[in-house]
Amino acid sequence: MNNELTLKITGEAGQGILTIGSVLCKIFKNAGFYLFANNDYMSRIRGGNNFLQLRISDRPLYTLRRDIDITVALDSKSVNMHKEDVSRDGVIILDKKNFNISEESGMFLDIPMYGMAKEIGNELFVNSIACGFLIEMIGIEFRHVDEILRAAFSDKKEDIIKKNIDAAQAGYDFAKDNFKRDTFKIKKGNAKDTLLITANDAIVLGAIAAGCKFYSAYPMSPSTGIMDLMAHYAKKFHIVVEQAEDEIAAINMAIGASYAGVRSMTGTSGGGFSLMVEGLSLAGMTETPIVIYDGQRPGPATGFPTRTEQGDLAFLLSAGHGEFARVIFSPGTIEEAFYLTIKAFNIAEKFQIPVFIMSDQHLADSYRNIKMFDLNKVKVQRYIISKEDSGGIKDYKRYQFTESGISPRAIPSWINDPIYADSDEHTEEGHITEDAGIRTMMVEKRFSRKMAGLSKEIEKPKAFDVKGADCILIGFGSTYGVLKEAKESIKSRNIGFIHLPQVWPFPATEIIELLQGAKKIIVVENNAGAQLTRLLRQETGIKADKSLLKFDGRPFNLDFLIQHIEQEK
Amino acid sequence: MPEVKDLKTNDEIAWCPGCGNFGILSAMKKTIARLDRNPKDIVFVSGIGQAAKLPHYIKCNCFNGLHGRALPVAAAVKMANHTLTVLVSTGDGDCYGEGGNHFIHNIRRNIDITVVVHINQVYGLTKGQASPTTDLGYETKLQPEGVILEPLHSLEMAIAVGAGFVARGYALDLEHLSWLILEGIRYKGFAVIDVLQPCVTFNKKNTFDWYSKRVYKINDDSSYNPQDKIAAFQKASEWGDRIPIGIVYKTEKETYEERSGINKRPPLAEEQIENIDIREVLKEFM
Repeated sequence: MNNELTLKITGEAGQGILTIGSVLCKIFKNAGFYLFANNDYMSRIRGGNNFLQLRISDRPLYTLRRDIDITVALDSKSVNMHKEDVSRDGVIILDKKNFNISEESGMFLDIPMYGMAKEIGNELFVNSIACGFLIEMIGIEFRHVDEILRAAFSDKKEDIIKKNIDAAQAGYDFAKDNFKRDTFKIKKGNAKDTLLITANDAIVLGAIAAGCKFYSAYPMSPSTGIMDLMAHYAKKFHIVVEQAEDEIAAINMAIGASYAGVRSMTGTSGGGFSLMVEGLSLAGMTETPIVIYDGQRPGPATGFPTRTEQGDLAFLLSAGHGEFARVIFSPGTIEEAFYLTIKAFNIAEKFQIPVFIMSDQHLADSYRNIKMFDLNKVKVQRYIISKEDSGGIKDYKRYQFTESGISPRAIPSWINDPIYADSDEHTEEGHITEDAGIRTMMVEKRFSRKMAGLSKEIEKPKAFDVKGADCILIGFGSTYGVLKEAKESIKSRNIGFIHLPQVWPFPATEIIELLQGAKKIIVVENNAGAQLTRLLRQETGIKADKSLLKFDGRPFNLDFLIQHIEQEK
Repeated sequence: MPEVKDLKTNDEIAWCPGCGNFGILSAMKKTIARLDRNPKDIVFVSGIGQAAKLPHYIKCNCFNGLHGRALPVAAAVKMANHTLTVLVSTGDGDCYGEGGNHFIHNIRRNIDITVVVHINQVYGLTKGQASPTTDLGYETKLQPEGVILEPLHSLEMAIAVGAGFVARGYALDLEHLSWLILEGIRYKGFAVIDVLQPCVTFNKKNTFDWYSKRVYKINDDSSYNPQDKIAAFQKASEWGDRIPIGIVYKTEKETYEERSGINKRPPLAEEQIENIDIREVLKEFM
């Protein structure tokens, strides 16, 4: 055994899967395990089937597996739905009597959890019973359960806390008395002092550290978590978090706040971003810095509201009428999401452009426990005329022509001169013009000159063992984890791996160098259009040998990827 | 503080000769000169249309954004720096057509900005189509059989949604209009002022003559109480042989700034952001 386990908790929406999931994650972390957890939920509040998939080990984990070692089924429907995913020695924990299941199966582990819960006082305690049972199976001491449950239910009455702990104890004791196998007892790691966090959380923390003071958005999965957490910290860090009437307002508000001198951000998913596109173009034309978060989910239209895809790449590359400079970051890990968010704010302000942080549901909502961020690496660089320096400014021109294409940016009321910003083609002063010569120079300023500057600040691709590799895997965004683990797992061949944390401007020079003499190139993407494969060819002339595509709304898992790569001889 | 002549810019004015907008521009400059504010502390936001060009002709800050989108920009400028005076110059197409949703929701926000809506009952910049306020039956190139949609009753709508300052001015009565805009700016909250502004090129019905015969000042009549919502609603709905101008409705309301508490802090724009310490909040994830 690889010293790892994959678990699944499954039931109807409304049965508390999220709560037990969060409690379990904390228990595992507290006990020293590294974990990767992902909620698979339907776009509904009650009923249906939701599950939490959780992988634990003594070493850091970056992705999910396909086969499940222990499945906890909280309703009868879950048993049939998830039977096929059970691993070779895997089990399903269920309550046969409550679920009306008479069938015998080697994989069933029958616990009268509903009966036990009713004895304690309420069927809802079934979660805590299952939790206690699992913990004992895996070999975790009960004190961790006690500690975490107390913290998790700290806002509840003492009676409720006590009953939950009693329920967990009952589950724990039941496992001890009735389940005597050591199959699932695995070695712990030293992950106790880690951060248990999602990429959405990390992006909020990065934005706060980068000085974001204004966030306007309209709720849309999977970006809503960003707005919620931002609102949670709004008071503490003096941030205005505004729920806009629509995404059009959201992006225009972010632009307005930025014009007034505030670092601002908006966030949405593909559908909402469709509404923001004109505003994106406005940011480009008025040279107003903003950071835009796109948590991708499968489209077109409403698509799969709660699932994952990397289908917006081509859209973000070309969104907005007219030509102007932009940057698209595509973080692959929670750590990268944090540091690139800070870079996004600095680059947006330096170049006075819109900058994207492109994520997807899988990266946005998956939990991992990671090492504490290195806060020494957090550098907020300002690129505005400071209030102190503003007094001496005379004959200010908002769009003054410069070599870099970047004009010194003044803040309204700090300088004595008026600041004109305009969505029409404009003069250096910001007034409407139809002059062909000025037009040409303005396009060069907003587009070519800024792109030239941006190409010097590209977040470099991360490459692993590409020299001499039999096969090089390339990906962007959330596939980082699964590609990394697949590369490490495949021993039969030399596999190289390149991850792109920035897709625009495209790191063409670096990629051409890295792919020199490559024997085989496979681009792995969570979309149907092979969008990264096309971008690679457009920007470098390099044609990948294969695009490994998945567009069923679910993320790649390690076993699926290994199997497919091994087929590619 | 500036005089009217100091507020002139060198930008060439792109309106038709005789356009009602010249009156609004003069009144606006007069207001700013009376306002006792340095123009550097005033931000003029506009969208697209003939009205949206106005800020280019006044020497104070300007954000000339997208069609229909002046209000979200203006609201956010105020949120980012509540010490600024924020004005919006917009038209009936910009504010009530393209940007209708923002109008409704910024009334709900009740942020302290002043919105001057140029009402010429026709689209000027796109050459003469009906606007949301065009009278029923009015014939245009695009509506050759006459307009069949009812005109939007913008002032009634504003009162119904909850605006605390609702007024109507007339582009030819500069002194009255300047007073209205000044009152709008001094009002704490979202102030909307419709300004009747004849389009000399495309609107052959609602001309200077047409309006001048009809408009009358409601605030000259001491029996009219603009705080009486029902009376205000009746006044706002008056449109025909007589068209009321003046402050139609006025009531005190808590503003966005007060409700959110941003008015008690220095402007967001002045927050120091170089060394924000997130160590304490990281503990929540431990």
